Amino acid sequence: MKQETPQKPRVGLFVTCLVDLFRPTVGFAAVKLVEEAGCEVEVPMAQTCCGQPAYNSGDREDAVAIARTTIETFEDYDYVVAPSGSCAGMLRKHYPALFKGDAWEARAAAFSARVHELTSFLVDVMGMERVSAAHVGSVTYHDSCSGLRELGIAAQPRRLLSSVEGLELREMKDADVCCGFGGTFCVKYSDISNKIVEEKAANIAASGAETLLAGDLGCLMNMAGKLQRQGNAVRVRHVAEVLAGMDDGPAIGEGGR
Amino acid sequence: MNARDAILNRIRTSLGAAPGDAERRSQVERRLAEAPVGVVPARGQRPQKAKVALFCEMAEKVSATVKRVKKADDVPRAVSAYLRARNLPAAVRMGADERLKAMPWAAVRALEVRHGPADPEDAVGVSHALAGIAETGTVALYSGADNPTTVNFLPEHHIVVVNASDIAGDLETVLSRLRQAFGKGKMPRTLNLITGPSRSADIQQTLLLGAHGPRALHLIVVDGA
Amino acid sequence: MQITSPAFKENARGALANPDLQKALGHVRLGFIDKRQKAVDALPEFDALRDSARAIKDHALAHLDLYLEAYEEKVKAAGGYVHWAPTAADARAVILEICRAAGARTVTKGKSMITEEIGLNAFLEKEGIRPVETDLGEYIIQLRGEHPSHIIAPAVHLTRDQVEADFRRAHDHLPVARDLSEPESLLAEARRVLRSQYFAADVGITGANFLVAETGSSVIVTNEGNGDLTQILPRVHVVVASIEKIVPTMEDMSQILRVLARSATGQDMSVYTTVSTGPRREGDPDGPEEYHVVLLDNGRSAMLGTEFQDMLRCIRCGACMNHCPVYHAVGGHAYGWVYPGPMGAVLTPSLIGVDKAGHLPNASTFCGRCEAVCPMHIPLPRMMRHWREREFSRGLNPAAQRYGLRAWAFFARRPRLYRLAVSLAIPVLSRLGRRRGRFRRLPLAGGWTRHRDLPAPESRTFLQQWRDRDAARQEARP
Repeated sequence: MKQETPQKPRVGLFVTCLVDLFRPTVGFAAVKLVEEAGCEVEVPMAQTCCGQPAYNSGDREDAVAIARTTIETFEDYDYVVAPSGSCAGMLRKHYPALFKGDAWEARAAAFSARVHELTSFLVDVMGMERVSAAHVGSVTYHDSCSGLRELGIAAQPRRLLSSVEGLELREMKDADVCCGFGGTFCVKYSDISNKIVEEKAANIAASGAETLLAGDLGCLMNMAGKLQRQGNAVRVRHVAEVLAGMDDGPAIGEGGR
Repeated sequence: MNARDAILNRIRTSLGAAPGDAERRSQVERRLAEAPVGVVPARGQRPQKAKVALFCEMAEKVSATVKRVKKADDVPRAVSAYLRARNLPAAVRMGADERLKAMPWAAVRALEVRHGPADPEDAVGVSHALAGIAETGTVALYSGADNPTTVNFLPEHHIVVVNASDIAGDLETVLSRLRQAFGKGKMPRTLNLITGPSRSADIQQTLLLGAHGPRALHLIVVDGA
Repeated sequence: MQITSPAFKENARGALANPDLQKALGHVRLGFIDKRQKAVDALPEFDALRDSARAIKDHALAHLDLYLEAYEEKVKAAGGYVHWAPTAADARAVILEICRAAGARTVTKGKSMITEEIGLNAFLEKEGIRPVETDLGEYIIQLRGEHPSHIIAPAVHLTRDQVEADFRRAHDHLPVARDLSEPESLLAEARRVLRSQYFAADVGITGANFLVAETGSSVIVTNEGNGDLTQILPRVHVVVASIEKIVPTMEDMSQILRVLARSATGQDMSVYTTVSTGPRREGDPDGPEEYHVVLLDNGRSAMLGTEFQDMLRCIRCGACMNHCPVYHAVGGHAYGWVYPGPMGAVLTPSLIGVDKAGHLPNASTFCGRCEAVCPMHIPLPRMMRHWREREFSRGLNPAAQRYGLRAWAFFARRPRLYRLAVSLAIPVLSRLGRRRGRFRRLPLAGGWTRHRDLPAPESRTFLQQWRDRDAARQEARP
């Protein structure tokens, strides 16, 4: 029999700026899932953005300053969880690089080791095997690049999705190919980005799924924006919304609130 | 400063290396002397019979054709059969290889054997390989009067004779045989590792055989040798 | 060649609007990716070989001066000549001198990116020497007066129809009725025309995939056999190679060979791997009478010891561009110089300057697929980021972009201010977008909304809602 641990792990939720600003439902879904996994969740108010826009634009100074704030805010938690492979990748893989040879190097490394993307945290760290949610209909899952290639996230969300009652997963062609978002790339090189997301939209449509899911809001907004501009009725949601059973409201970019 | 020293000095400056650093020099000398063998795939590591079978299988996979014969004396007939089956003129080009020379070519009626390097009129060349490599279905040949390099490339059909006992599991084994034959740090002028017939996919990614080199590579494996 | 990298955006727009190119690029996606994956899956030791290959190159680069010296000694011992060329101009001058001494009027060429880098063809033509490209793809683009758009498939940007039209135009001996509708017939035509060229040439020029220090050998890896005909038929063979092609031993070459073809074309081994050591020897009935190696630096030595050193491990397999969504979208010419795709995005700024090639390391989504497939474990995205850092610190990126980013960073560094600002702005945006749930157009968001709708914020920010919820919870506590 499983022993009740006396102290629940304390998790700091790094909600990510895009979720904070555009899709709070994902944040609440993440809280629900992490609590269901047996953790206590806190949301420190002093969080902003992971610093990736600055870091990827070559602005190392700002990236370092933002990273310091984030580390200070979150380093006392047992775990730091983010509903985004991209932001979790930044915190986990790139923060240590920012402080290499710096007085903060060890501190950053200790922090980074405790950071996890949401579905990876649930499955790999907390050993969650199923969720108690239902979603009647077909979905297709897009593997966002950073989560897939920096953190190895591919099986975890699919595993949890397979436990959702009534859900049918229809894999699209090239699910692991970039959607063309790329942060500031999508506005700096919008024509190229558009070409890439057009390919992605065609693969999504060809899958025949009613709903598109992914683990990163940036990619989701890009794909939703393209699908909707094309007049495609595929609904777009963050995977956490479905896993948490919080998928009854309007999908991303849908009206009627 | 001459160009040579300019480049070498710039490299040393970038690497922060002193010109006379004995430790660096000894590392380089050691590696050159020892030539350590790295990762060798398990695929080619099997008993000799199975190596030969793998060699044939891999060669066919890359569109070579393979004929196994019992003994060296069977080679001229196998060559002749190949020519007839493809309606090729009864003439072949080959070098001065003793092993080829010892084969009963005269016993095959009306087969013309031309000796020396290939010329553009030759439709078929015959070479004797130094070795086969089972891992990839590759044959290894080297230049010289015995097996002129032009024979490997100019004719449209290249027939290569390889002894089953010369089929190695991997390239590394062939390299060590070359070292034994030529001496450490020395190589024949040209070592050709050939894996299937010539090909190109430069037009619309469509794979086509026979780009500039031979359109067909036919391997005759001599089992009894 | 003329550098158009500064016009990357315009080049890309042109590429996106070119239906022939877009059709041809479809073949890249189909041709390379599955084949590579199959070949990799069939070799359990592939990852171990990648690690081994990386270690070999790292070691060779760390001792590059010494291996070059050892290599030179062996080439000389085999009767060959070594020429050292610090710059592209030096290399061109040396090659011209060799051609002149040989009385060359025609030179045949095997496929070589390094001769593209030094602009050899245009130079030789100007000097009255006719260079003939013999690789089928290179031959096609030479007919068109173009440059390669891919480092291993130079004509990948063309359709079969375009090639047929070029052949009909250039081969004026062709009867109109001659059927060239199949790629086979085009290949046969090229083979026939080029055969005579091999024999007419006085000098054959090839690149090198490897230079082996242990033996003084140069190695070329090809599929067509043109490189071999180029180097065995003319009287003089010239190898042009950059200094980082050095590997210590033949065994080291073997390690890298195992990852090269698999990564490039999905073959276990390319058709022809040819190891050449010096000129024709006593008793040899064929082969070149002279053997020259031109060792080119052209900026490589300056990359050593910097954050770009790892790029010198590159073996030019092309896997990075074969898997790059940006390359798939715009093809190779948009990059504006010799080396396209992710490897070009890192290497080009090193060779021609980041002021000219600044777009290249920026035009990446950082999807990481290039690094994932690179057989030499080159951290391409990381190095593109290093270039972005250099551009940022030199103020080379556009002002609007800089200000936008710095404004965002200003708030991101100040959580209270951030919360205040977004708690005012987001609810407004959310209300504006309530009915449709998204925006077709929005001031300052044109980069986004030109091609796609922008989802509207759902409601107030998460942090606002969370704080209210927390406060309510506190109150509810007894």
